[in-house]
Amino acid sequence: MTDTGAARSLVFRQRQTAEEILEPSPWSKLRRRILGNHSFLIGAIILAAIFAVAILAPLLAPHDPYDQDLTKRLTNPFWHEKKIDPEHVFGTDKVGRDYLSRLIYGSQISLLIGFSTMLISGVIGTVLGVTAGYFGGRVDMVVNFVINTRLAMPVFLVAMAAVVAFGASLTVVILVLGLFLWDRFAVVMRSITMQARDLDYVKAARAMGCSTPYIIVREIFPNVLSSLTVVATVEMANAILLEAALSFLGFGVQAPTPSWGLMLNEGREYMFFSPWLLALPGVCLFMLVLAINLFGDGLRDVTLERER
Amino acid sequence: MTEAPAPALETVEVTCVFQVSQGLLRGSKPLRAVNGVSLKIPRGQVVGLVGESGCGKSTMANILLGLQRPSSGDVLYAGNSAAGFSRREIARRIQPIFQDPYSSLNPTKTIESIVSQPLRIHSVGAPSEWSARVGEMLDVVGLPRRVASSYPSQLSGGQRQRVAIARALIMRPEVVICDEPTSALDVSVQSQILNLLQDLKEEFGLTYLLISHNLAVVQHMADRVAVMYLGRIVEEADSDTLFNDPRHPYTRALLGSVLTPDPRLGVPDTHLGAVFPNPIDPPPGCTFHPRCPDCMTICRSEPPQPAVDGGHNTECHLYGGAVTPRTATQ
Repeated sequence: MTDTGAARSLVFRQRQTAEEILEPSPWSKLRRRILGNHSFLIGAIILAAIFAVAILAPLLAPHDPYDQDLTKRLTNPFWHEKKIDPEHVFGTDKVGRDYLSRLIYGSQISLLIGFSTMLISGVIGTVLGVTAGYFGGRVDMVVNFVINTRLAMPVFLVAMAAVVAFGASLTVVILVLGLFLWDRFAVVMRSITMQARDLDYVKAARAMGCSTPYIIVREIFPNVLSSLTVVATVEMANAILLEAALSFLGFGVQAPTPSWGLMLNEGREYMFFSPWLLALPGVCLFMLVLAINLFGDGLRDVTLERER
Repeated sequence: MTEAPAPALETVEVTCVFQVSQGLLRGSKPLRAVNGVSLKIPRGQVVGLVGESGCGKSTMANILLGLQRPSSGDVLYAGNSAAGFSRREIARRIQPIFQDPYSSLNPTKTIESIVSQPLRIHSVGAPSEWSARVGEMLDVVGLPRRVASSYPSQLSGGQRQRVAIARALIMRPEVVICDEPTSALDVSVQSQILNLLQDLKEEFGLTYLLISHNLAVVQHMADRVAVMYLGRIVEEADSDTLFNDPRHPYTRALLGSVLTPDPRLGVPDTHLGAVFPNPIDPPPGCTFHPRCPDCMTICRSEPPQPAVDGGHNTECHLYGGAVTPRTATQ
């Protein structure tokens, strides 16, 4: 008796340890996946840095970005000088404003445009796409028509027309981009919702007596979330680039607001003599968009692994 | 015998018609997925429903679960018409178990959240008790309690099916519709799940409708078997009777199609040469006549009437006496 009891307790103890080995905590698993995903890490670090700069701009910027000093126009950045000018490390623009300060404040505009556009278009596109995908039939036909109508309109031309009609301002740019960039959200959400709708867990929820809104929000939405984050990051990067393009053409954010796209435009005339006026905002845009895309891709990989 | 209690679930002449689009300009044609089915599922029994793919088995399951409204006819829950019940009341009485445990569990939820979901939806008991009830249910279906915090992707197919069973039974329903409960599982796991279903039937006094195309499973589990072909029940009898004395040529072909483990015997010849007819355009007369080895002239024009012989119903001209034109088929 005692022998079997001891043997049983041994087996039990082995099982206990086996369980401990098999079941690491969800957080440690998540942390391991994040640390193993380099694109996510790099994207997150750059993005966090740009965020910090945007939020701490008043503390970080050495000068007021609007302060002109016509005696110090177009001074060179530090790599063109023998000794570093501590006043204007990245030099000044054509009216003597500190370039570093303008770059720092420019990050606020880009992030603001990116986020608000993503939110507006994300809400519109997700609602349309999920509704069309879940209900199908006539609803789907109507939404598809709306999507096709939207795809037939060139964002850029409509944005320019809207700016001409309503005047150029940050709000107009955000609204126009937000009301126009939802097509990818709608298309992706629609097809993914269609796939999820026919799965048995949705049928089980219906057989359980769940209401349709409950099924859409609690059963289907968590399963389309990872695709939604990818589209959201792509669209955010897209919006930032579009804002820069609009501002470059003079249809976006207006001077003297420090926007990276506008700074590209202002630097255009001095391209051959002061190339950094173009290069610096260009590099900033490039880094931000790259970071957002890396972050989005990595986020999908990190969250998807739990589901599959 | 005359005062028999109402069956747990009964369908009366249930018909379900879908309009199938034929293309943009050609309008739509009716597809009779279920065509006048009357089926009784007595309390505490297992009724098997067999038939090949596309015969209307799953539509029947949806109708019984209240997910699909029949075009005509009625579903009776313990003798009361479905019209008197709300969706949620039906959900408390009838729960499904699905074929594929890989798609029947939401991959973003933990097992505890999946199994306790019916409790949350119907707000049964206090939220503090839910976890304990999930634990009890996991014990009942033979899963260790620690899986409660796992995600479905961390479990095997058999374990997932046990989770699906736990979810179906946590509200203590009267009837469970098992739609091919084992066909997505490994053979070694199939018998475990079937035995579990049988044990649970005894423990909770359940009534099963077992939908399957696996005749061995049906023979093992069912008290009564109904054979479905193109939306109609062509033969219905007690399990023993049906398997020992199949009457309808289709039933005989089905039973003859069971594969034997002996490879030298080859694939059995069922004489069902013709392909499954297009249900949008069913053959006239007896819908089975193009594939029937015993086809007579009458079969090509007149739909057969059900012939009742004790508990053995057959819908075939070979057994039907008087021929009366059926009005329901139009």
